[in-house]
Amino acid sequence: MSAFGAIVRRDVRVALRRLSEAANPLLFFVIVATLFPLALSPNADELREVGVGVLWVSTLLSSLLALEGLFRADADDGSLEQLMLSPVPISVTVVAKIAAHWLMTILPLIALVPVLALSYSMPLAALPTMIGALLLATPTLSVLTALGAALTVSLRRGGTIVGLLVLPLTAPLLIFGTRATDFGLHDEPAAGPLYLLAAFAAFALALGPLAIGAALRVGVE
Amino acid sequence: MRLPRWFHLLGSPPFVYGLAGRLVPWLRAIAIVLLLVGAYWGLAVAPPDRVQGEVYRILFLHPQVAYISMMAYVVMAVSAGIGFIWRIKLAHAVAVTAAPIGTTFTACALATGAIWGRPTWGTFWQWTDPRIMSETLLLFLFLGYLALRAAFDDRDKADRVSAILAVVGVVNVPIIHYSVIWWNSLHQGPSFMKLDKPSIAPEMLTPFLIMIAAFTVCFYWLLLNGLRGQIVERERDTRWVKQLVGGREA
Repeated sequence: MSAFGAIVRRDVRVALRRLSEAANPLLFFVIVATLFPLALSPNADELREVGVGVLWVSTLLSSLLALEGLFRADADDGSLEQLMLSPVPISVTVVAKIAAHWLMTILPLIALVPVLALSYSMPLAALPTMIGALLLATPTLSVLTALGAALTVSLRRGGTIVGLLVLPLTAPLLIFGTRATDFGLHDEPAAGPLYLLAAFAAFALALGPLAIGAALRVGVE
Repeated sequence: MRLPRWFHLLGSPPFVYGLAGRLVPWLRAIAIVLLLVGAYWGLAVAPPDRVQGEVYRILFLHPQVAYISMMAYVVMAVSAGIGFIWRIKLAHAVAVTAAPIGTTFTACALATGAIWGRPTWGTFWQWTDPRIMSETLLLFLFLGYLALRAAFDDRDKADRVSAILAVVGVVNVPIIHYSVIWWNSLHQGPSFMKLDKPSIAPEMLTPFLIMIAAFTVCFYWLLLNGLRGQIVERERDTRWVKQLVGGREA
């Protein structure tokens, strides 16, 4: 467990020293959310209708951008190999790296969501459900994108491929995430889809690290 | 525990190459006969549908193709998993061969579905329909698998990395499928895969099942045929392949 904490602390510290890199996905998120009203319609009623979907898809794309290079820097300077040689199980290392990355990029992104949701004139009452759904869905999302990053870690240009690999797998998150938010928007009980998102998160966090570890082992050899 | 001899032989490329070579003509003949019989029975002998008229006859093509597309993914993922866990190169060769066949069947399932949807539902494409969505996502999974393989120069690495993706995909396919089912659906409920009496006239059921058998045999014919090419390519530096293609030993 101390190894888990050490890896999280180390990754958070590295991210803090390269703040601009951690800020890029956030900026991307805001820009995408800004482009949609330009492309669709600035009408408040219409924006309220599409807002849920736009914010969810933007989250998906930004997290893809954020996690694409999750293992790249560590693989390049050799520290990933050292981490894998250490007696700490690879799954623990993987979960720690994902957790640190989630804290540094996904959590600030979720913190931005209320502001953007208000700009899409979504009602304040819907925000708790949307934030809750995002908090439950993003761990699964991070595991899936980390898997994409691990599969392509030995490729020079893995960026475009990660999207192809990961986005089809995120469909269930998108379905139940937007559904929960919609329920919240219309003042209906959203517990059903939220439970499912939680189940996906438990499933992904239990089995995902095994697949990611296997992919990394193939990648670094 | 002693394993029978044939089990070891299934890991040997020259043996499997020869076995596939002997099976391919039989599978090809059976597939063609079944396809012709099923198509004639379905298109000419079976009565027209009371509601859909003659249009329904694509029933003898579309569900079968869709069924094979999913079976192809399972075949690909299972053999990729076997190849990854026990490091059997032949299993990887099977997975690689199944991928393009499965991709083609998936694309055909979507195309025949769109052709059937137009006259009966009045639309080629319906975004909210779960089976269209899961079939589309299946196509993306196949294409992602092929794209990941294509990105690697080293075949051994491509085998093992893409195997992980295939296994993760096959775990996800049911999740994706049931997620999109809890949307609203245009498709009729399952009428063939029910274990009790199927809700279809027996005159239609027989050609339907013949066509399922025909496409299944057809898939394995294409798979073994492609596998032979895949084996020769992978083993091109070995003595038996050089003897096979008639070149002198290097």
